Amino acid sequence: MTTVQERSPMPQEREPNPAHSDPDRPIGYGRIQRKEDPRFIRGKGRYIDDIVLPGMLHGAILRSPMAHARLVSIDTTEALAHPKVHAVITGKDLEGLNLAWAPTLSADVQAVLATDKVRFQGQEVAFVVAEDRYSARDALELIDVEYEELPVVIDARRALDPGTAVIRDDKDGQTDNHIFDWEAGDKAETDAVFARADVVVSEEVIYPRVHPAPMETCGAVADYDPIDGKLTLYETTQAPHAHRTLYAMVAGIPEHKIRVIAGDIGGGFGNKVGIYPGYICAVVGSIVTGKPVKWVEDRSENLMSTSFARDYLMKGEVAATTDGKILAVRTHVLADHGAFNATAQPTKYPAGFFSIFTGSYDLEAAYCSVTGVYTNKAPGGVAYACSFRVTEAVYLVERMIDVLARKLEMDPAELRLKNFIKPEQFPYKNKTGWEYDSGDYEPAMRMCMEQIGYDDLRREQAEKRARGELMGIGVSFFTETVGAGPRKHMDIVGLGMNDGAEVRVHPTGKAVVRISVQTQGQGHETTFAQIVGEELGIPTDDIEVVHGDTDQTPFGLGTYGSRSTPVSGAAVALAARKVREKAKAIAAAMLETRPEDLEWEKGRFFVKGDPSAAKTIAEIALGAHGTVALPEGIDGNLDAEVTYDPPNLTFPFGAYICVVDVDPGTGKVKVRRFVAVDDCGTRINPMIVEGQIHGGLADGVGMALMEFIGFDEQGNCLGGSFMDYLIPTAMEVPDWETGYTVTPSPHHPIGAKGIGESATVGSPPAVVNAVVDALAPFGITHMDMPCTPARVWEAMQGRPTPPV
Amino acid sequence: MQVPAPFEYARATSVRDVLELLERHGPESHVIAGGHSLLPMMKLRLARPEWLIDINDVVELRHIAEDGDVLRVGALARHADLLASEVVGRLFPLVHDAEKVIADPVVRNRGTIGGSLGQADPAEDLTTVCDVLRAQVVIAGPSGERVVDMADFHRGPYETACEQNELITEVRFPIRARSGSAYEKVERRVGDWAVGAAGAALQMADDGTIADAAIGLTALGLEGLATDAAAVLVGQRPSEGLVAEAGRLAAEASSPVEDQRGPVDYKRHLADELTRRVLRRALDRAGATAVQGG
Repeated sequence: MTTVQERSPMPQEREPNPAHSDPDRPIGYGRIQRKEDPRFIRGKGRYIDDIVLPGMLHGAILRSPMAHARLVSIDTTEALAHPKVHAVITGKDLEGLNLAWAPTLSADVQAVLATDKVRFQGQEVAFVVAEDRYSARDALELIDVEYEELPVVIDARRALDPGTAVIRDDKDGQTDNHIFDWEAGDKAETDAVFARADVVVSEEVIYPRVHPAPMETCGAVADYDPIDGKLTLYETTQAPHAHRTLYAMVAGIPEHKIRVIAGDIGGGFGNKVGIYPGYICAVVGSIVTGKPVKWVEDRSENLMSTSFARDYLMKGEVAATTDGKILAVRTHVLADHGAFNATAQPTKYPAGFFSIFTGSYDLEAAYCSVTGVYTNKAPGGVAYACSFRVTEAVYLVERMIDVLARKLEMDPAELRLKNFIKPEQFPYKNKTGWEYDSGDYEPAMRMCMEQIGYDDLRREQAEKRARGELMGIGVSFFTETVGAGPRKHMDIVGLGMNDGAEVRVHPTGKAVVRISVQTQGQGHETTFAQIVGEELGIPTDDIEVVHGDTDQTPFGLGTYGSRSTPVSGAAVALAARKVREKAKAIAAAMLETRPEDLEWEKGRFFVKGDPSAAKTIAEIALGAHGTVALPEGIDGNLDAEVTYDPPNLTFPFGAYICVVDVDPGTGKVKVRRFVAVDDCGTRINPMIVEGQIHGGLADGVGMALMEFIGFDEQGNCLGGSFMDYLIPTAMEVPDWETGYTVTPSPHHPIGAKGIGESATVGSPPAVVNAVVDALAPFGITHMDMPCTPARVWEAMQGRPTPPV
Repeated sequence: MQVPAPFEYARATSVRDVLELLERHGPESHVIAGGHSLLPMMKLRLARPEWLIDINDVVELRHIAEDGDVLRVGALARHADLLASEVVGRLFPLVHDAEKVIADPVVRNRGTIGGSLGQADPAEDLTTVCDVLRAQVVIAGPSGERVVDMADFHRGPYETACEQNELITEVRFPIRARSGSAYEKVERRVGDWAVGAAGAALQMADDGTIADAAIGLTALGLEGLATDAAAVLVGQRPSEGLVAEAGRLAAEASSPVEDQRGPVDYKRHLADELTRRVLRRALDRAGATAVQGG
């Protein structure tokens, strides 16, 4: 296995242009500016609401004000009489098209427009198509719906109680609110280790319901052409190809007649993985009216009805020896999936990759079980940069390690260092079946401690405690499992989790790379150009990255779970290498020598021992498309296509330390410092990597301190606007301090592991651990997120309350 | 995008113009200045005015002027104007304390003092500020101008003495010698409504005792001033014990309600804690002998 260490106390980047001297035309990896930014910083991005088609109509959705109610009647007469209304569509109308219910990504069905009941506040009840968005909204108020209220199920802990209202009585044989039970690890072995352990700690740990809250809400513009039967669908989607296939399966429009276009996407974070009723309604609206129909949800609709994240109620347990050797972890999770099981997970993983909750530690045993339940809340449960429930897993184990450290009166950093998987143990098979590809944890941890000045901070903390000041230092160390995934293990609704890439070098040496993954701000247009540039020696500026259009790109499953670089990045690198092999054969023909006599340096082949006898990639491209007599088996282009099936997942890791100050009089938490040392393997563009980390850290501080979607007893959503659902601003986050180590993935063509979700995964436990550490003088061992001033104050009174 | 119900729009250029437009378009017409409360409510269709009378061009209402023993602030003065004003900061430091934590710069660039007082949101900061400074509000109406004390102006949540056909034109702050003031707020995040806040204004007597005191609370269920808390201070020499007693009485006067920002006991604790903090700072600013912290 290859393990490369690049340890440096201060981040030092490779020169942006290692092979060429022109810094204005960088080639390959390095810190270069993003190709997409000129249009974004000029306000020239093209988002869903920027799409305007001739004759386009506007849709709006009538939503249920109630969390659980029987639909008695819907009267649309008045709405239809509105002079600007073209159509009003209800569940009844969709039933006629067999579209009232649609399959979810988790083998369940979801109501497109309610027919029998409404099951959460904000559920879709009717769809109005009008000449403008104002009229569409006005007409919603003219629809008269009669509801018969039903008892609501809000607390997941009560969902399985006997006599509780059954939410999903639409499902044959469903007599309660149970969805699934799932387990991983060896229960008997784990119980045995716990039975003989010196020390066992346990804690109820809740990861509350939060929301991805992308700046751009979800929307679609459907344009059905009744003449040629072709549907063009502009959508906010992270997975255009998967969507197209699903529409073909569900709507009965043949797949070759569907074109899904995802333009610029204003943030996704998992929110834009699934297919929402609004998309389907826009399609039906376009078919019914014969005109393009735009539907864009507003902020409240986004927060109340689209995919939430988390909502895991976990009982965490750790077994250890008195001298701090961690033996085993065990947990039971109650997972609140809302009214429909629409979580986006690979088929065989109803709790995603939660079983990575063994963390970064060498354990004797581990066991987890997860029970999923229905409640009268919005469905979903996708990412939010959680890499398939890795966020919940890491939060649980990293919170529990701190609980153990407190119990053992050990320093939490020392306890972690003592229990890390050792570098020589990689590839490491954990107790729940994952094979960690590569890792070297201690250097990252030491670097983080050194960079933040850990020992000095502990001294400062001791002095402050003596004066009654509350300062906390929170440590977390995470290992993720991302880059799903091998097709023998992983699919989503039957589609293998692979991605295609196509590289074409044009006759003049410029190139186009077509990818199946979908950027939502991650910088794909730059990163993927850099990968091709590194492999072929073509300047990044000369490589166009095409994505987000199913008519123009190869099939693949899209961007979520940090899978773009691990899966699609590999496909792109391998396609470029195929091109390079082909270029070698053509160069040999051009130089009248044998391929094996050629040597490659970035951008050209030359004859071994005679560097002046060379052909650049541009010359070869012209040759390929020109009149060069091509060798046997080589056709006249410089193109290649690859679909990549990853042999394993990748396992990025990192060490995070957070320092907080808590106002003892008000409970207000101030994040003073945050150091993040990440290892995502090979770093293609360190600036983009850092940008991803900065964003994720802000996410993490947000969740730790303020983000929360609550419900009242009637099931009213209390987080339905940005006045109620708080996301952090620049004022709540510190200047981020970052560092890195590089431990490439041994099985990945370029050693890259993915970085999109690392910081979102790793930062919440660091912040909460810091807050709980600050509150140590009050004797509490745990408090749940969000650590708002009031909740911190309650914890200081010795009564931390779970979020409800 | 959230879209409001249909409405009509007119733009006024003088106070007289505003009053005429209000008269002409009747009870469903509504004045708009910064619009930071009204527009979100319209987008959510919680507010449905038939007419909006835009007063942003009424430049005669944007002054900030020291006039003898009164500071006159036009109703259209933006939060940002107040924050940028040297004279405001010198005479009434609590205005700057409060303005620094009102929403964010984007909101402060548009939001006005008249709009804040007129909206009378229970979590609105300037009402408390004007309460403790014993400000007066000038209201123009069809039958002329009247000057109302804050105590009479602010009638409760979302309710003021300004009638639908009237316009707030000016706020007058009495200038006092040997005075000090402070304001402090706890919020979950910048721009969130207050979990709770307190403001205090004091005037010192020549002998080092407190001549006058006013304490107000924001978002903590107290309308008007915490009179008992202020009363214990008057005629006394500042001490930590006195400050603590005032804090206790302010908490007693509060009547907070539980919401996502916190439970009742926490908010009552904040009334105490923040009252003590603002009193210490106000005393310090008034040049009182230093109060021991604690």
